[in-house]
Amino acid sequence: MRHNFRFAGTGGQGLITAAIILAEAAIEDNKEAVQSQSYGPEARGGSSKADCIISDDKIWFNRVVCPDVLLVMSQEAASKYTGDTDENSIVVTDSLFVKDVPGKHKQRIDLPITHTAVEQCGKTLFANIVALGAIVGLTHCVTDKSIENAVLGRVPKGTEEANKKALKAGMELVKKYAK
Amino acid sequence: MSIKLLQGNQAVVEGAIAAGVKFYGGYPITPSTEIAEQLAARLPQVGGKFMQTEDELAGLGAAVGASMGGKKAMTATSGPGFSLKQEMLGLACTAEIPVVIVNVQRVGPATGQPTSPAQGEVMMSRWGTHGDHWVIVVSPVSVPECFWLTIRAVNLAEKYRVPVIILMDEVVGHMREKIELPDDYSTIRTVERKRPACRPEDYLAYGTADGDLVPPMADFGSGYRWHVTGLIHDETGFPKGTPEGTVNALNRLHDKIYNNLDDIVTFEEYKMDDAEYAILSFGGAARTAYDTVDMARKEGIKAGLFRAITIWPFPEAQVKVLAGKVKGILVHELNYGQYVLEVERVVSGKCPVWLYGKYDNSSATPQQLLAELKKHVGR
Repeated sequence: MRHNFRFAGTGGQGLITAAIILAEAAIEDNKEAVQSQSYGPEARGGSSKADCIISDDKIWFNRVVCPDVLLVMSQEAASKYTGDTDENSIVVTDSLFVKDVPGKHKQRIDLPITHTAVEQCGKTLFANIVALGAIVGLTHCVTDKSIENAVLGRVPKGTEEANKKALKAGMELVKKYAK
Repeated sequence: MSIKLLQGNQAVVEGAIAAGVKFYGGYPITPSTEIAEQLAARLPQVGGKFMQTEDELAGLGAAVGASMGGKKAMTATSGPGFSLKQEMLGLACTAEIPVVIVNVQRVGPATGQPTSPAQGEVMMSRWGTHGDHWVIVVSPVSVPECFWLTIRAVNLAEKYRVPVIILMDEVVGHMREKIELPDDYSTIRTVERKRPACRPEDYLAYGTADGDLVPPMADFGSGYRWHVTGLIHDETGFPKGTPEGTVNALNRLHDKIYNNLDDIVTFEEYKMDDAEYAILSFGGAARTAYDTVDMARKEGIKAGLFRAITIWPFPEAQVKVLAGKVKGILVHELNYGQYVLEVERVVSGKCPVWLYGKYDNSSATPQQLLAELKKHVGR
């Protein structure tokens, strides 16, 4: 079994961190995982994408060619990165930012990711963890225990409870919105 | 063993610590910055020193100085910084100072594209500094190999008193992958440079004996007199510019490396046993090639991969054998065509040599490389 994920949005949304956490969770589950990213020279802003591949077998080529799941957290990312998807791809959007998703896909799931981060955790910066919860809830590519451990291993001290809440909220979003 | 998800650059840092590196001098530059950033944290934990210098040339200068003082030393940079280091690299070659230089390649020339992958310094890593000189260049394909090859690079630098360049690329430097790190680095085999056994007054800084072309190296300031110069010198370390002295000096710098190719040259063959076509690649570009080999075989094309790990000295004997075995060699590199020139020279018409050079800011996908292979195979 192989999962090809691409998370795309704006620099500063924490999507590279989300991809790293997902890869770390996969390794805790004794799977192979590689994570890579591309971004411009800017520290914030500009479009940013992160890839994470999880597999039972050795992974050589480290970029995602055609994502099974594409997460888009900005309209620019949605317009730019759907070019690599096909009719077997699932596109998950943050409905606050994304209106148009060009192309034909297996499924499009619009989730109020950033909205939920603010509502339930008090800050937009938890949006990446909400998104991660949604991705894991949707695909079960890693175990719930591993993703929680991986999140807690990466986040700043004092934010553990809020991040756990964000992760859970993401998983609930999928139950509510994904048909 | 502990299993971790690390970036290639982080694995270099751990490899340096495991190899006994105690000094880093350098100036941060994308996509190598994590090496400086994390060695700044790691070196003080092992009694080492980290120095951020005013520029890249000074960074290597400081590392060369630390090495003369008896410490294993390194620097890291990317293309623009590698250009600046060339002057000091030449001094390290001539004065025979062990030092490791990491170059995480990005798109060039000049500022190029800081966050995009390329392998444009293949020839520069061999011929970057002026004058005839000989260095060792290794190129890792994976995060675990970043760790082990950094240890090997430090060991080779110490053993042969030569600058060793770890030629990485953004692909491997910035990707994260699973790595099993030894819990106890003291179990790892490391090499210490040979130091003089004679009394200080009998010491000849560049004197060799018993056919060993690598002179024992005294820690500078330890009481052994040593004149360090970029001028061509004899065994005393003092300049000697006679025709014979020049030839002797250069011959020894060459022979100490090229008489030991069996020890220095490493490579990997993937599915080459029955291969009719070889893809020849290295570093991050080779990650694509493994998948292409598997895809080609599913379509009935007997392909294999020859991956140079030591890219300089060039694996000449091995590529000659390869040329006699296969119907064609497809060189894949992330540049306009550099390593292919050396492959063509060595193959010398024995079999066709094709190039898939990619220079558009991104790795080739396995599908793209397969399409190139099929074009040449006639499928």
